[in-house]
Amino acid sequence: MLPLIVIAVLLVAWHIAVILRPGLIPGPLKVARAIVELAERGLLVKYVVASLFRVTWGYLGALTVALPLGIFLGTTLPADLAVNPILQVLRPISPLAWIPIAILWFGVGDVSAIFLIFIASLLPLLLAIVNALRNIDQVQLRASRNFGLPIRQRVVRVLLPAILPQLIVAMRIALGVAWLVVVAAEMIAVNSGLGFLIVDARNAGDRYDLVIAGMFLIGVIGVVLDLLMRRLERLDSVRWGYASE
Amino acid sequence: MKAKVRFSDINVRIGTIDILESVNLSVNEGEFVCIVGPSGCGKTTLLNIAGGFLQQTSGEATIDGVPVDGPDRRRVFVFQERGVFPWLTVEGNISFGLFDRSEEERRKRIDYYVQLVGLRGFENAYPRELSGGMKQRVEVARALAVNPDVLFLDEPFGALDSITRLQMRGELLRIWQTERKTVLFVTHDIEESIQLADRVVVLSARPARILTEVAIDIPHPRDLSSRRYLELRDKIFSEIGLAHRV
Amino acid sequence: MRASAFESRWLRIMLPLVTAAVACGFWAFAVKYTGTKIFPSPAAVMRAVVKLGEGKLLWHYIFDSLTRVFAGYLLGIVVGVPLGFFLGWSQSAASAINPLIQMLRPISPLAWMPLAVIWFGVSNAAPIFLIFMAAIFPIAVAAMNGVRNVPVIYLQVGRNFGLSPFRLMTRIVAPAVLPRLVIGLRIAFGISWVVLVASEMIAVDSGLGYLIIDARNAGKRYDLVVAGMLIIGILGLILDTGIRRVEQFVGKSMNHG
Repeated sequence: MLPLIVIAVLLVAWHIAVILRPGLIPGPLKVARAIVELAERGLLVKYVVASLFRVTWGYLGALTVALPLGIFLGTTLPADLAVNPILQVLRPISPLAWIPIAILWFGVGDVSAIFLIFIASLLPLLLAIVNALRNIDQVQLRASRNFGLPIRQRVVRVLLPAILPQLIVAMRIALGVAWLVVVAAEMIAVNSGLGFLIVDARNAGDRYDLVIAGMFLIGVIGVVLDLLMRRLERLDSVRWGYASE
Repeated sequence: MKAKVRFSDINVRIGTIDILESVNLSVNEGEFVCIVGPSGCGKTTLLNIAGGFLQQTSGEATIDGVPVDGPDRRRVFVFQERGVFPWLTVEGNISFGLFDRSEEERRKRIDYYVQLVGLRGFENAYPRELSGGMKQRVEVARALAVNPDVLFLDEPFGALDSITRLQMRGELLRIWQTERKTVLFVTHDIEESIQLADRVVVLSARPARILTEVAIDIPHPRDLSSRRYLELRDKIFSEIGLAHRV
Repeated sequence: MRASAFESRWLRIMLPLVTAAVACGFWAFAVKYTGTKIFPSPAAVMRAVVKLGEGKLLWHYIFDSLTRVFAGYLLGIVVGVPLGFFLGWSQSAASAINPLIQMLRPISPLAWMPLAVIWFGVSNAAPIFLIFMAAIFPIAVAAMNGVRNVPVIYLQVGRNFGLSPFRLMTRIVAPAVLPRLVIGLRIAFGISWVVLVASEMIAVDSGLGYLIIDARNAGKRYDLVVAGMLIIGILGLILDTGIRRVEQFVGKSMNHG
């Protein structure tokens, strides 16, 4: 109840601020109307789907690479020692810094955006998996060896479940990153999607109500994605990994 | 009687530190042997060598005459409750080592061991919902379910309160008497060792050597105030050099 | 055991170097093989780095970037830490504001970018604002969790010894919170660094992020692009390592390590 009240208060404050100082930014009513306008023009669904589409492909691609590679690095000490420093240098580089290379290799378009999302999601996932593997309780590993499980079964029945809680948290965070990168990528490299909406609305006529509508949609979808991932964290086979808060 | 587990002149040195020195020990089939010693003296190391998780620096550890070269399902470790897999239910844990049996056989064994360790009704519970003692029982059930020849227990009751510990000792003995596996049990609690073992092996502080071995010839159930019990206890205390007044 | 062989310092340094050298070899080969005119070879990137280092532009840009990131980051600390403390201390405030925080958290700072540009135009304020928005959440949450997780026994000891609330705060809560807080500060800095570069690509005309975008736009100088990326990566790593040192120092002096 309380959070809704707080949000309502903020909306009212926004509205008042706009009345007092018109021209700063559009008020909540104008933005709401802009969203309706988008829906009427059929662009709302189209743009949201476009953005989600790119995120899905890039993110899933990153996951497919990060999992086996992460398990390999996390279990093979020499490989980890060899590769980790390179990953540490790549980590602070903002995914957006890859835009020029993306455009060079893939031109302007969907593939560029998907590539950017792939790069942006890959590193956090990879590092999280390696880190989780390093922190596995030795006792669990010994028990798995003790029971004579062949290697493939050890990975599937012990390694993966043991890192699942941290993996899911990392997946949630990486999804958040992917979502923000797709928007930024769209601002620069494609011509559909929510990021494009924001850039286009401003360029094609200073439609700041559309800009804020876009921001609002981005925020809401980001929150929804985050909430969905958090549900995964409540699965029984994963819940054990989180200290009670 | 042929030795089930034999340590021949085991030496362990890690870096520059000597952990175990010239340890010679034979454990017979079906025997319950307790290894006692001060904390950190190396008793866990000895167990890990027998379990195949650690390599000794020199000497030989054999099981059934065959040198140990890695972990094996026939010799199962029971850790403290940490060894239980938190993402599996009680059932899931117990059946963990049974991956190559038929569904029917698995069901039967799970059923039997859940009953044996007294966890009927908790088959679908997750470890986080169980007490320490219950988690310990899950581990024992899991170990027994694969029908090992030897059980290694490394201070399994260390994290439990003393009342639960007493109960668990009784439980362990009850379970052991139905299956009579060879048991190597490590503890720092001298009383515990006398209550449980057929034979108590006392290790010195690091570098650990065997100080003495004492056969416990009291039949189960053991009266903790009987004269023989107190005699044996005092004997071990004095071997270690402990006075018995506080 | 065999593991000890891999802990030798020599191997820890040689392995990554050799791997990097091999990777560069592949890179150079790929550049030659595809005959690309634009994508730089490792040698070209090295030359670009050296040339940048000799000139004055790079150092100006680095200075600008560092000022921005530290301004936004410190602002985030100054606002975030007290805010987090307050939320951690007061249950009612927390239950009122926390859901809002949880809702706003996943809204990435870059979503604020359009607003920032509208409000601040092309100036230092835009990146600083974005960095502030990015840093404040992890910092406040870390402070809040730190306060919440101070073991109750510590507080009981404090009250037992008759400490005033102010003293409780400074002599018990603050030290107890510090390790967790520092971890949050490190994470927040990592985020700030990334947001810095991203915002510089869009909202200003100096700085490391700008270097990259400008190098491409003003002549497809991809050697400068990759050089810029490398510099960003290494500089970010150095700063992150610095904070980790602080973290270790705090941990040691609090005996938590």
